[in-house]
Amino acid sequence: MASASATPQQQRPIPSFYQRDMRQFALYALVTLFTSMILVAFLTPFAYMFLTSFKTKDQIVDSATGSILPVTNATVTYEGEELPLLIVDMPDGTQQELALLNGRRRDSTFVDPNNLDAEPIEWEGRWRTLKPVTVPEWHPENYAEAWDIANFPRLMFNTVAIAFVGLIGTLISCVMVAYAFARFPIPGKSLIFLVLISTIILPRQVMLVPLFAFFSFIGWTGTWLPLIVPHFFANAYNVFLLRQYFLQLPKDLDEAAMMDGANPVQILLYVIVPQSWPVIISVALFHLVFAWNDYFEPLIYTLGNPNIQPIAVGIQQFNFRYSQQPQLIQATALLGMLVPVILFFLAQRFFMRGVVITGVEK
Amino acid sequence: MQQAIPPPTEGTQRTKTKTKGSNDLIKQQRMWGWFFLSPWIIGFLAFTIVPMIASLVFSFMEFNLARPDEIQWIGLDNYRNLFNDPLFGVSLAVTFRFAIISLPIGMILPIAIAALMNSEYLIGKRFFRTLFYMPYIVPIVSAVYIWQGMLGTETGWLNRVLEWWFGVEGPRWLDSTTWIYPALVIMGLWGIGNAYLITLASMQGVPTQLYEAAKVDGATALRRFYSITLPMISPVVFFNLILSVIGLLRYFEVPFILKSGTGQPGQSTLFYNIHFYKTTFVFLDMGYGSTLAWVLFAITMVLTILLFATARYWVYYASEENVF
Repeated sequence: MASASATPQQQRPIPSFYQRDMRQFALYALVTLFTSMILVAFLTPFAYMFLTSFKTKDQIVDSATGSILPVTNATVTYEGEELPLLIVDMPDGTQQELALLNGRRRDSTFVDPNNLDAEPIEWEGRWRTLKPVTVPEWHPENYAEAWDIANFPRLMFNTVAIAFVGLIGTLISCVMVAYAFARFPIPGKSLIFLVLISTIILPRQVMLVPLFAFFSFIGWTGTWLPLIVPHFFANAYNVFLLRQYFLQLPKDLDEAAMMDGANPVQILLYVIVPQSWPVIISVALFHLVFAWNDYFEPLIYTLGNPNIQPIAVGIQQFNFRYSQQPQLIQATALLGMLVPVILFFLAQRFFMRGVVITGVEK
Repeated sequence: MQQAIPPPTEGTQRTKTKTKGSNDLIKQQRMWGWFFLSPWIIGFLAFTIVPMIASLVFSFMEFNLARPDEIQWIGLDNYRNLFNDPLFGVSLAVTFRFAIISLPIGMILPIAIAALMNSEYLIGKRFFRTLFYMPYIVPIVSAVYIWQGMLGTETGWLNRVLEWWFGVEGPRWLDSTTWIYPALVIMGLWGIGNAYLITLASMQGVPTQLYEAAKVDGATALRRFYSITLPMISPVVFFNLILSVIGLLRYFEVPFILKSGTGQPGQSTLFYNIHFYKTTFVFLDMGYGSTLAWVLFAITMVLTILLFATARYWVYYASEENVF
């Protein structure tokens, strides 16, 4: 009886391994396929944007019933005339691409585009029911048009300038503040930290009105200053992320540097920062994407001065004026998202790790 | 001197015991601490506390930037005006109507996607993780225009798919006072990146012994998800809930860009913050704008406190050190 537990294992028939493998394989296939389908649905709008941005307005209208690709109806030149190329159902049951020479109600004359010298072909039936042959026709000039009219060089320059000056500010201030929270015996530190974190909950509207009034009073509206200066005073998300990282760093190195007579600024610059590049890069990337995508504050502070508008506001203003040109709108949408998306794919590890640290550890 | 040796404090040198020098050092360290903290303290005062008090003061004033000579104290008139302003009620109703539709989807979908990403049967996890996050990086302006085309009545792909596959004539998503809300919810799907990613990270942190023990006890996959995964990730779900509610109370960009702030169709996209924006930055009525802002602040606080009060009943904290 004691050996009963061992025997079933030895007696397990080999086919059941196969069955288990098959079941495993089916599960892998099912889950991966299902996820792929959701992903395709999730990302299809990008394909819509891409294809639409290469169409003419007529091609977009045609896409309501015809192909979703940028296509045009094919024609054949026959004796100096442009003839439409149609897909014809032949009496023998095959389909042929023929050029319509003479279309009548009940019967028509076609020519074979591959053999224009041959006798025209008589065909019985209604030619209007036939489908046209389409060929791809892409219009990259939409991009040139959008680029020039919306003045993308200007928008990009403005955005980069606002983003990078703000980046310097946010890095200096957030690193300092996070260092203070991570290393110094400040009285009431945990309460102060709680106050910092709870600013995330505050709706910005409640600060916005007096700030707007104040900035317009001192003449800062219509300049970049309201979009840049506040970043020199730290924010909760970045401080949280940096502090979390600094706390994990061993204190031995700090203390050794202190023994050697380094002051806290030197310790920060030569001990803490060199160990913290991954998190600093995360913060920098978040800021760049934030600045690139930010819409509301640039809208209220740069309205009325198109020369200083960043890309998000510029695109919206452009599309407001060109709302009847969907192809240009989609071209600007693609141009507007290019930089953040490329940045994301180049550095996705930094992005995603940063998100995980801020989220889970709260 | 048998007095107790003070426990080593953060940042002090361990070699020194209680001497005048170490007290000086603590003082010095505190000074450095305040120094490094100063950017945030200055910023907090200048860009948070003072503006908040100022907007509270503004909310009791007649204060229009276009008529600076008519600034005066009017007591509670702005608050009384809330009841005479039909758009206040309309915009609040629009905001809450959308929130009620959007919130459940915004809460459930990140969990579903995270569970899928966490499945042991998914091949190519990193690929999927990255691409499900990616739309979060796309600027709102681009996203709105892409979806505006996607949801177009005639040429939009969603309606074309509905017609091809199901033979259904799709609705006029963006021009119908009913369908505009599902349309806005669909547009919001691209924003789940952050929520799903932190949910996934939290799922990966669930100790595997729990699942193994449950398996031994014969729990089904569904039961394991319901009884182990969900309680273990509830702090992150709570965090997402707070952020979603705050986000919905701040909802502005998508309807504003989509409809250029007109609130059409009808007044169905006249969200609270669009009303606030027009009052403050189009009509430059800083007084009433501040009143609207403070009402929003009050609603945010009440909802946040309510949510925190419910947290004890459904949020499970494995460790006690969590702040949220």
